Amino acid sequence: MAEFRMPSLGADMVAGTLVEWLRRPGDRVRRGDIVAVVETQKGAIEIEIFQDGVIERLLVEVGTTVPVGTPLALVSGIGVGAPAAPTPPPLRPEAVVQAPAPRVPIPGPQVGRPLASPAARRIAQQFGVDLRALRGTGPGGAIVSADVEQAAKAPRRFDPAEMRRAIGAAMARSKREIPHYYLSTTIDITVAQRWMEARNAERPPPQRLLLAAPLLKAVALALRGSPELNGYHGERGFEPSPAIHIGVAIAIRGGGLMAPAIHDVDKLGVDELMAKLRDLGMRARSGGLRSSELSDSTITVTNIGERGVEAVFGIIYPPQVALVGLGKPMERPAVIEGKVLPRRTIVATLSADHRASDGHRGALFLAEMDRLLQAPEQL
Amino acid sequence: MTREEVRGLIVETLGNIAPEADASTLDPKADIRESLDIDSLDFLNFVIAVHERLRIDIPEVDYPRLFTLDGAIDYLMQKAAPPK
Amino acid sequence: MTAPPLPKQGPEISYREAVREAIREAILGDPRVFLMGEDVGRYGGCYAVTKGLLEEFGPERIRDTPLSESAFVGAGIGAALGGMRPIVEVMTVNFSLLALDQIVNNAATLRHMSGGQFEVPLVIRMATGAGRQLAAQHSHSLEGWYAHIPGIKVLAPATLEDARFMLGAALADPNPVLIFEHVMLYNMTGTLDGAGPVDIRSAKVRRVGRDVTLIAYGGTLFKTLIAAETLAKEGIEAEVIDLRVLRPLDTGTILASVRRTRRAVIVDEGWRSGSLSAEVSARITEGAFWDLDAPVERVCSAEVPIPYPRHLEEAALPQPPGIVAAAKATLGR
Repeated sequence: MAEFRMPSLGADMVAGTLVEWLRRPGDRVRRGDIVAVVETQKGAIEIEIFQDGVIERLLVEVGTTVPVGTPLALVSGIGVGAPAAPTPPPLRPEAVVQAPAPRVPIPGPQVGRPLASPAARRIAQQFGVDLRALRGTGPGGAIVSADVEQAAKAPRRFDPAEMRRAIGAAMARSKREIPHYYLSTTIDITVAQRWMEARNAERPPPQRLLLAAPLLKAVALALRGSPELNGYHGERGFEPSPAIHIGVAIAIRGGGLMAPAIHDVDKLGVDELMAKLRDLGMRARSGGLRSSELSDSTITVTNIGERGVEAVFGIIYPPQVALVGLGKPMERPAVIEGKVLPRRTIVATLSADHRASDGHRGALFLAEMDRLLQAPEQL
Repeated sequence: MTREEVRGLIVETLGNIAPEADASTLDPKADIRESLDIDSLDFLNFVIAVHERLRIDIPEVDYPRLFTLDGAIDYLMQKAAPPK
Repeated sequence: MTAPPLPKQGPEISYREAVREAIREAILGDPRVFLMGEDVGRYGGCYAVTKGLLEEFGPERIRDTPLSESAFVGAGIGAALGGMRPIVEVMTVNFSLLALDQIVNNAATLRHMSGGQFEVPLVIRMATGAGRQLAAQHSHSLEGWYAHIPGIKVLAPATLEDARFMLGAALADPNPVLIFEHVMLYNMTGTLDGAGPVDIRSAKVRRVGRDVTLIAYGGTLFKTLIAAETLAKEGIEAEVIDLRVLRPLDTGTILASVRRTRRAVIVDEGWRSGSLSAEVSARITEGAFWDLDAPVERVCSAEVPIPYPRHLEEAALPQPPGIVAAAKATLGR
């Protein structure tokens, strides 16, 4: 028997509210199945399970806010050869916002059978509304169809103020705990830019690249030679990650930020990477991100884009140990073989954790990125 | 297509990409990337949507002509017109 | 308890007069039609429905009978088999029990047992219900029993229009039809502006509403409409269905309404146990279970012989406050 726990969907998360169970006791689950939806400061996130097995019992009722790490369900029949996914070590929550003690469910088969009318049950099934999250207004407090219809119509809440508080808390902790060092270098991307433009000229818009794609790929490949920058810092100190999952910082229009992961970026082709980037951008803004995308980045890249500034020095997102900042691509004068020439350049920065690496390692990493971007066709 | 139809299509497409912003009150001369807080990923998605709706090619070198509402209308009217 | 007055337009007419007009029309329109029963002629009917008809049509068409329900209902069946169109009046439903053998064993079965060779185009009218301090032997509502029997149709006119026009439709039917006239309706008055022939197949929505369906018939219809008005003052819009035809039940109309409102209250002056209200409730459960938001409620008579004293009689019968309470219960209020 194993416990399925409230995951940490980032260092800024201390508690989550269970809004929906998508699986029931007795259901067989496979690694990667989405079993629940949790409301966090980032909005509603689909939570995956990382074990094969059978859901034995649900321990937390819908509507309950519990701290990260709280067991949500018991799962049996583990050990069918599925290794636990590499997940960042859970952080000890410092303060739990709006987290009442989890209601202890009554054991036995009655668990989770709320008083609800037949119509309410039918409509709830139709719209995927969990009856246990509702307060009934019918006879004897029963949940009736109107209660379900109202719940089905209610928009999922997103509170920018809440998100701002969460970002503030995570960044304050990062600055308090992580001894940052910062490096900056100007990379000539003229070749990469031309290579991309030539490619895009032959392709219809859906197959075109943005500069972000080769840049991310270069980051991923460069990380292979600098494992000290890729992984997590937990209670046992730094643990490098064999996989390279890059969290891509995406600004939420109207305020806020999230950094969902693209998995195994070093193994993706540039076109594949571009498709994933577009997909992630859409889902980050419309909802529908998965828990693994929010919890298992091994490094973060913040790409300021064309309308931004020259350089960005980021704050590391704990428990990661590095953040790469990419400034606005600009024409700058460069001296090449004694001549001043206009070149397209970008300022790449690295914020890294001194507990895991030194500036020398960081410098080698940025230099490798530069080298890789001079041969974009090989990315 | 009439100018109004093209305008409607652009506003609708932008509305899908930046639902928080009100694309219907856009200043026709302003840079839509600034007014709607659109980044390069959003802009690519805008180009893709227009490409798929109107079945016209929009080369990357022409992107700057789409940066304002008026510019985009002029450009798309010209591209969508049947060859003479 | 008196029925609420209907809008006054055109000539005023009572339910009693409406039934009388229906009988007159039938006799005038078809030489095969005649009326027989206890005290229908010289006395003019114990509820004065047939007053003046003997003078108008003579003893061939308006026939007083001996005090033997079995004999004159049996004679009516024989007349119907012989090609006549008899209207038999039984004084009250309590007395009709003396003719149960004729109705259930003969009238209801002959078409079936003759392989369709015989039909029994008989109409039996009788008074039903309580409210006039006539005590237990004259006040019961046993129409639900008849609604159990295949081979007959059972009608419960609750409006002036149905009182006036259901008889014609019943006489046109080749099968035995029982018409139950609630004693508290005879004095109800109103106008028949625009009324015309009615069907004897369907239930009717008498008041449109969205929050709860109140199902009634006969003498409980107007109590139910009063309850609906009270509910409306509290913001609850009740739909009121008049069953009209107790057999065969118009299940479609009931289910369509309950599927919309998701709640049902059945008002039946019969006793709850083994009643017509039980049948309606069962059909709702069978046909609209997944649309229900509350258990079906019933408002029925207390399970006692109907008492004689006025206050006890009123207490034993379904009344508007009880209907209001049941409707609110379905809404959790």
